[in-house]
Amino acid sequence: MIVPGSVDEVAGGLQAVGYLPGESTALVSYLAARLGKPVLVEGPAGVGKTELAKKLAEYLGRDLVRLQCYEGLDEAKALYEWNYRKQLLRIQTEAEGTGWQAVQDDIFGEEFLLERPLLRAIASAEPVVLLIDEIDKTDQEFEAMLLELLSDFQITIPELGRIEARTHPVVLLTSNNSRELTEALKRRCLYLWLDYPEAERELEIVQLHAPELPETVARRLVEVVGMVRELDLKKPPSIAESIDWARALLLLGAEDIDQKTFRETMSIIVKHRTDLDTVAERVGVRLAA
Amino acid sequence: MSLPRHLVGFGDELRREGVAIGTSELNDAFAALGEVGWTSPGPFREALAATLAKSPDDRRVFDLVFERYFFRATEGAALQAGVREADAPGGGLSDESAARIDYDALREQILEAIREGDEAALRDLARLAIAAFGRQGQGSGVLGVDVQRIRRALGLKSEPGQLVKGEGAGVEFPLTREQIRRFETLLRRELERAQIERTQTLPAARPLNELDRALPSGPAQDLAAVHRVVMQLKRRLATQGHHARGNKRHAHVDVRRTMRASLETGGVPVVLKYKPRRPRRPELYVLCDVSTSVTSASVFFLSVLHALHDSFRRMRSFVFVERISEVTDVFATERSFKAVSEAISKDAGVADVSGYTDYGRVWREFLEHVEDDLHPRATVIVLGDARTNGRDPRADIFSRVAERAGRTFWLNPEPRLYWNYGDSVISAYEPYCEAYECWTTKQLEDFVKALTRPTHQ
Repeated sequence: MIVPGSVDEVAGGLQAVGYLPGESTALVSYLAARLGKPVLVEGPAGVGKTELAKKLAEYLGRDLVRLQCYEGLDEAKALYEWNYRKQLLRIQTEAEGTGWQAVQDDIFGEEFLLERPLLRAIASAEPVVLLIDEIDKTDQEFEAMLLELLSDFQITIPELGRIEARTHPVVLLTSNNSRELTEALKRRCLYLWLDYPEAERELEIVQLHAPELPETVARRLVEVVGMVRELDLKKPPSIAESIDWARALLLLGAEDIDQKTFRETMSIIVKHRTDLDTVAERVGVRLAA
Repeated sequence: MSLPRHLVGFGDELRREGVAIGTSELNDAFAALGEVGWTSPGPFREALAATLAKSPDDRRVFDLVFERYFFRATEGAALQAGVREADAPGGGLSDESAARIDYDALREQILEAIREGDEAALRDLARLAIAAFGRQGQGSGVLGVDVQRIRRALGLKSEPGQLVKGEGAGVEFPLTREQIRRFETLLRRELERAQIERTQTLPAARPLNELDRALPSGPAQDLAAVHRVVMQLKRRLATQGHHARGNKRHAHVDVRRTMRASLETGGVPVVLKYKPRRPRRPELYVLCDVSTSVTSASVFFLSVLHALHDSFRRMRSFVFVERISEVTDVFATERSFKAVSEAISKDAGVADVSGYTDYGRVWREFLEHVEDDLHPRATVIVLGDARTNGRDPRADIFSRVAERAGRTFWLNPEPRLYWNYGDSVISAYEPYCEAYECWTTKQLEDFVKALTRPTHQ
């Protein structure tokens, strides 16, 4: 387990586990670890929001607890649930002779509690990194429920009372901005906007993940991806897709990205039929034949 | 003034510009500054941004206010302490050194500095440019005008596809709008600094205007933003339905179903059955002006139309210039925005003899088209600038449209300031509809709130 001492340390550490952070990314990660405040990470799809959480966990030497959000996610799936089957069995085995009070005290104990990600994150003996992914997919009610957890790191279970965090997790919330989050939630978080990286940084990222790819090809690839992102596409290519493309080119042993190679491999970075047409029309022709 | 006081002042200024900042956030900012070395500008600014600005829009305002506030703070402190740049050794520029500068050499150096992202060099160059400019006596005394004149004198522009190059030099690369803007900011700041030194007073602080505040974006990003707002609209409609159902569940007893259920209990109505409350499904009629006077706005409007079609099934849309033409089918068959706008400009049959809007005729034709279909649950939205080119507004026909429809909205792409100037006759229509200024997605959002507000029935 590591407690970072400076921003540069975080930047270096993240780099060591294969994530190249921007200036603000390193700074906000550092602040999150030091201040114990949750971080709200926003940005277009595929810029490495989820990856940041994973790598941060790896760097800090902590376990990653992940809660994937979706519409209709409720407390039973996110916080805790009573294991009612076990409770029923308990009642049946001791049906005779025990008073109501005794049974009730018994079956609402921690033994019958099913831990869900949020409870697991704060009840863990070792501090963890908690990733609440795509928070914008949930309803506002769920957001409200998170507030207690995010500001005080505690959860109230009516039958048991308040459960306070044994250890302090580093919390990252990601959002694709598909819905405006509530002010209350934002107020409790540090804010980090991740955007597509600049060409130079993306080149570094590609080279980090596909080191055998010749530099000229990598540079060309980053340029082309940049051009494609400029277009008005349904789904612009993400960083992960540039890496995939780099690896594919490596496999094919491409010396340069010419029209033919591009036509054959562009389905790796462009995934919509209409987008494919646009890209072929606007970018394909600008490459060497 | 001490740093804490400055930070609080900075927070206040952000609040005045509409960024919601709570005391807890200011506390966070202080805590964050305790953790980073705030002697270098980068981390200081980022730490403040992470704690104070919580959306891309806020971040944009934050950056502008940050520049303004701390610029004024330093200049104010310098004034108080009586520090002048000319006094500092090597600080000010003597007249001879300024005399030797010519624009071409300057341009080349500026391009070089922009390419390398060398902020400090760029700042020095901005001062050199100002000095050279001042020597030629072209200064107008108005900052904004001077900035543009200097930029033009240097031949820096960012037209798409156009390369900027120094005379006969090897430097050649396209400048982005952002890079030019960056240099202009520096120019402006240096000009301001000179002015403050000359007059020995800080100029009055001006609030940011809407244009600065808006995120710089091309039409492509606008489209995405509009879609996002309309998605919110859809979502809000959905959740609002639930909300109403939750609150008013007990409003109406469904007598028939209650009687039916009472048969189980021997005719005693033990269990009451309620009428389910159906969420309001708006039926939309949208009229969109595509004449030349709204050319710049019509892309925005068409993208609003496009996004609305994505979210609402029961919707009919019309475009008009001099006459009206229904384009519902175009949207129904085409998904891509480009294809839609092409189809509309090509063969949607917008009868466009003079290219001037004739609102009177538009209302008449619209009423002919839909008179029988309009009903109190329908919503009519007009997207247009209400410029009649001197023709009769025929508000009487418009009032009949508004009368038949449940609600009527007017979205005007012009700032409210220009309403009713010249041939704009929006005031003739305002009694019959709710008019909104709408040329940014933020304003569109405000409108969305109004649209989804339940009607009083």
